Formats: sequence, C-alpha cells, structure tokens
Amino acid sequence: MGWALARDVRIALRSKGELGVELLFYVIVVSLFPLATSPSRETLATLGPGVLWTIALLASLLSLSRLFAADFRDGTLEQIALSPRPLAALVSGKMMAHWLTTGLPVALLAPLLGAQYALDGPVLATLMGSLLLGTPILSLIGAVGAALTLGTRGSGSLLALLVLPLYAPVLIFGAGAVDAVRAGMSAAPHLSLLGAGLLLAIVAVPFAVAAAVRIALD
Amino acid sequence: MLETHRLAARRGYAWLFADLDLCVAPGEVLVVTGPNGSGKTTLLRILAGLALPTEGEVRWQGERVGPFDARLRECVAFNGHLPALKDELTAEENLRAWTTLEANLLTPHALVDALDAVGLSAQRALPARILSQGQRRRIGLARLRLSRRVLWILDEPLTALDHAAIDSLGALLDAHAEGGGLCVLASHQSLPIAASRTRSLALAGAARAD
Repeated sequence: MGWALARDVRIALRSKGELGVELLFYVIVVSLFPLATSPSRETLATLGPGVLWTIALLASLLSLSRLFAADFRDGTLEQIALSPRPLAALVSGKMMAHWLTTGLPVALLAPLLGAQYALDGPVLATLMGSLLLGTPILSLIGAVGAALTLGTRGSGSLLALLVLPLYAPVLIFGAGAVDAVRAGMSAAPHLSLLGAGLLLAIVAVPFAVAAAVRIALD
Repeated sequence: MLETHRLAARRGYAWLFADLDLCVAPGEVLVVTGPNGSGKTTLLRILAGLALPTEGEVRWQGERVGPFDARLRECVAFNGHLPALKDELTAEENLRAWTTLEANLLTPHALVDALDAVGLSAQRALPARILSQGQRRRIGLARLRLSRRVLWILDEPLTALDHAAIDSLGALLDAHAEGGGLCVLASHQSLPIAASRTRSLALAGAARAD
C-alpha cells in the first residue's frame, strides 16, 4: 500500500500541470460566485458553504480520470493485478494518493476561499473539518466509479452520471455541518455521520475496486 | 509445469482457437506463432491469468488455476504489449516499480547493474518519456533479468529491439530455461535460442464455427 501511495504521489507531483489545473479550477470557480451574485454579506454567507462543497465535489470528479485510466492504458494496472501483493491494498494506496493530491489541498484551501463569503472563524473551521472528513469519501466512492468505467467509451460522462448521485449524501451532511454552526447549533451530528460514512467506505471500497479492476482487465 | 486442457477462446462470434491442449515443462520455451488476429495475445493473457478462457482450463503445477489465482501470481512474470512504464518516472524508478510489484526486494545496486547490462547506464536517471521505443523495451528486458519468477510470458518481446538486444534476450531465455524456468512467448521472428529447448505452437485461426 505504501508503495502505491508513494509512487502515485510522486507521479502527481511530477505532472504538475494536471494537479495545478484541478486546484485552479476549484479556486477560480469558487471565486466566480461572489462576482456573479450579490456582494451582500448575508447572501454570500448563506451561499458560501454550499458553493464551496459543490465545487470541491466537482474538483474531485474532475481528477477521478487520473486515478486508474492512465495505469489501465499503459499496462501498469495489469502488472499491479498480477502482483502477489493483495490488490485491495495496492488500490487503497492509489486512492489515498488521490486524496492527498486533491481532497487534502481542497480542504486546506477552503478557509482561505471561504473568507470571500464573509464566513467567520468557527464556520470556516467547521468547513475545513467537514471537507477533511468528506473529501476522502469522495475519493473512495469516485474510485469505485472510475474502476467500473475503465475501458468503456465516453467513460468521463458515464463516470459523472454514476458517481454524482452517490456524492449527494456527502454533500448534504458536509454543507449541513457548516450551516448548523452558522445557525448556532452543533455540527457534531453531521460530522459523526460523515465519519461513519468514511469508516464504512474505507472498509468496503478497496474490495469493490479490486473486483472492478479485475473485471476491467479480463 | 504449465498445462491447458481443451482450452478455447472466442472473440465475438469467431473462435480464435479451440480444444487446445498444451504442456510446457520446466526448461522449455514455447514459441507461439500465427498470423495477426489468430489469438496469440489472448492465449498468453489466459495463461498469465489475466483473462478467462471461453472453455477449458489452465493447470499450473497440476492444479487448476483461474484468473488472478494467487498460486499463479506468485510465479508468473508477464511482459505484454503494453509497456507498463510511467513517463514521469525515470528508467530506474520504473524498474524498481516492477521489482517491488514482484515482491522481489533488491539492493539499489542490482537495479543499476541490470540497467547497465541492457545498455541503459547513461539513461538511468532520465524520465521514460524521452527514451526511444527500443530503450523503453529494454527496461522490460532488465526486469526479466532481475526476475526470480519461474514462468515468463512474453508477448512479442522482440518488437523494437535491435540485433544486440535480441541476442541478449536469447541468452537470457537460454539461461532461464537452463535454470529450470518456463517461458511462453509469441513472436513473428525467430529467436536465437537453443533448438533443443524450444517447442513451437502455430495458431492457425478459426478452428470451428458455431
């Protein structure tokens, strides 16, 4: 697992273009909303959490094609599947690398971008916390979709159709946590549900992805 | 010992081969020949445990093995059509990736030696992106050189290799067979290996229609 993780992070860092495009997309689109809507603090603060969460979700979707498609095309995935090391562990490493190179920077940038939406300290902290819990779920769910659509034509749009509905609960609880704090309530129930979802995904997804990869190679 | 029993595969409606019984013993090299589209790659992928045959079975050391069988994955080294090289990584990093996947732990020195032996000492630290086609294939040769796997399955290993590299691959295969290894390879050209160890299988195409 450690091997696949280190290798994918190294490849992502060397192809800075792709990585930069995904993060720039996130930064730019988030910054467009205050320009396109009203500059009133109240409107922005209402929109903010939902906008940031939705675009974080799209940024994750945008980067999913990077997860397995390149390895599938150049034959690396064959070699990975033929390795005596457990496939579920190897793909776990790849998914973790995906999160480290997309979800983590998205979550870390969120307080900075959230400041544009007139969100204050505790709200920004909850936003970052909910993204830190939620983006790994996005990477995990997305990985199942990415593995299932390997080798199909027009896999990009198919992947979006497959994965976006599954992203919806993550979005609801993630943005819900931030809204709760804004309304003066506790974010704990939302964050607990996100945490539970994350644990479930960590346990179940690697096996699903391993099975999907084997089907794609056959 | 690698055997197949009444192996058959089809692509769409066309049978590529059917009722294929073959047996490769330790120390043997099986050369699969046949025109384009006769099913060489499909056969090799089935033998490597990457694909499921339409009918029949593959036996490894006397036991029936299905796709991605753990017993087969411990033993097989598969060099397919696809290079399995990452453009972003250097020749040495790519080679290390392969040996790590084989769970073949080596000293860094062994990797350097293997790259030297295939004539890539100057290209060791260059990203695979800027290597020529032949140089990229030579990384695959270096992989075989380091491999401790018993069963080598090579799909068109001579593609893009120059004469010197072909000779060195022949020597490598001889040494592998000498040490009791098995090899199945598909090729259109003849290989410089000892004829006593070589067996050949010609796939002629559609064996039956239904």
